[in-house]
Amino acid sequence: MVTALLLVRATSADVLPDDRADIFYSKYSGGGMDITGKSVLVRKKVTENLAVEANYYVDTVSGASIDALSNASVIKDERKQKSGTVEYLHDKTTYSLSFINSAERDYISNTTHFSLSQDMFGDLTTLTLGWSYTRDQVGENEGSAFLPNVKWLGHAESQSYDVGVSQILTKNFIAGLTLEVITDNGYLANPYRQIRYLDDTPLGYSLASQVYPDTRTSTAVQGQAKYYLPYRAAVTGSYRYFRDTWGVTANTYELDYTHPLSNIWIFEGRLRYYKQGHASFYADTFPFADSQNFMARDQDLAESDNNTIGAKVTYAFLPDGWKIFKRGTATLDISRIQFRYLDFRGALYEPLATEPNYHFDANVFQIYMSLFF
Amino acid sequence: MTRLSPVLHLRPLALAGLLLLMSGCAIQPWVKPYERDRLADPIMAWNRDAISAAYLDHIRESREASRGATGGAGGGCGCN
Repeated sequence: MVTALLLVRATSADVLPDDRADIFYSKYSGGGMDITGKSVLVRKKVTENLAVEANYYVDTVSGASIDALSNASVIKDERKQKSGTVEYLHDKTTYSLSFINSAERDYISNTTHFSLSQDMFGDLTTLTLGWSYTRDQVGENEGSAFLPNVKWLGHAESQSYDVGVSQILTKNFIAGLTLEVITDNGYLANPYRQIRYLDDTPLGYSLASQVYPDTRTSTAVQGQAKYYLPYRAAVTGSYRYFRDTWGVTANTYELDYTHPLSNIWIFEGRLRYYKQGHASFYADTFPFADSQNFMARDQDLAESDNNTIGAKVTYAFLPDGWKIFKRGTATLDISRIQFRYLDFRGALYEPLATEPNYHFDANVFQIYMSLFF
Repeated sequence: MTRLSPVLHLRPLALAGLLLLMSGCAIQPWVKPYERDRLADPIMAWNRDAISAAYLDHIRESREASRGATGGAGGGCGCN
């Protein structure tokens, strides 16, 4: 749900990355929702040691997910995200400071992020440390999509601490390990979700507000490794373990294969599998009203798994440069994600307890162009 | 028999740590700079496209309970 973070990046020190400008378009369709995203990013070195970056992102949401549909009207909303980053390189250390503002009609989020990245041991090892602070303002649209009436419900605060190591192991092999701890407090529930509990009404159940704890701490550890094959291609594997104080545990596995063709094309295929257990206070149906201190029926907290298959192709153009540009790339990326819920029923049409567990497929399409100068 | 004080017990450990640190400072890179052409190939970058990576993370964080340690994410709610 709510995480407003950063642009942490394990920048390899010594030299700041190239200046670049990107334009980006994306479309997500699935689970009754269509989300269109547009983004522009510009990165420029002011001196050899100092770079600035600005990013503007807009996404437009239409439709609503299954559980929002159970108790709300169709939604149309827009989210605008602005971020600015300053990076400073001193010897083998890169310092990065970012500010991110994300605004929706019913949700405002501000994040400050600081990280430093240090190359050591003959530049074989890169250590990255990061910290961020986020403050969110959470609201609910009690009006309609076209005549909004936002009621502000409260604030949520979040702090994140991360440490990462990237290690060159051989001339063909690099590995990385990242640990991130995030703590939240404040209004952490999703106001658009409701629980249902059994009663004597003709439907057999009624709806009520969710009750969430007002604190949460999560820990995630990710290990990844990348290997350059005997021919010019690379394979990447990663695994992430996650757990939090709400009782959720999750495992993520990812495999990626990258294959260039001459110096013009790069083809990439990826597979991802994700599985999570439910939160301790989640239930699809509660036995009676106020049966627990904390109650949730948010599909994000249900037991679920999903798998992704994706393909990406990058075309390099302007190999000899043009005017101020050194080179350019155009990329098309398509993914299909199958979401499956194991204890969340699609409570829209069927009588209670006969509804099948909910599942849906989503298609994600991205096209973007990058110019390096 | 004379017993070593706890501080003296720690001495060999501290010495070993110091030696390790000193040897760490003197580590010779076992992959020489001129052997890193493959590692410098763009296909070996952890993440070539920041916007795309942040976008995919945002989609996942809006649909999954887990978060963090992926190296990037977006902001906002994903409430709908």
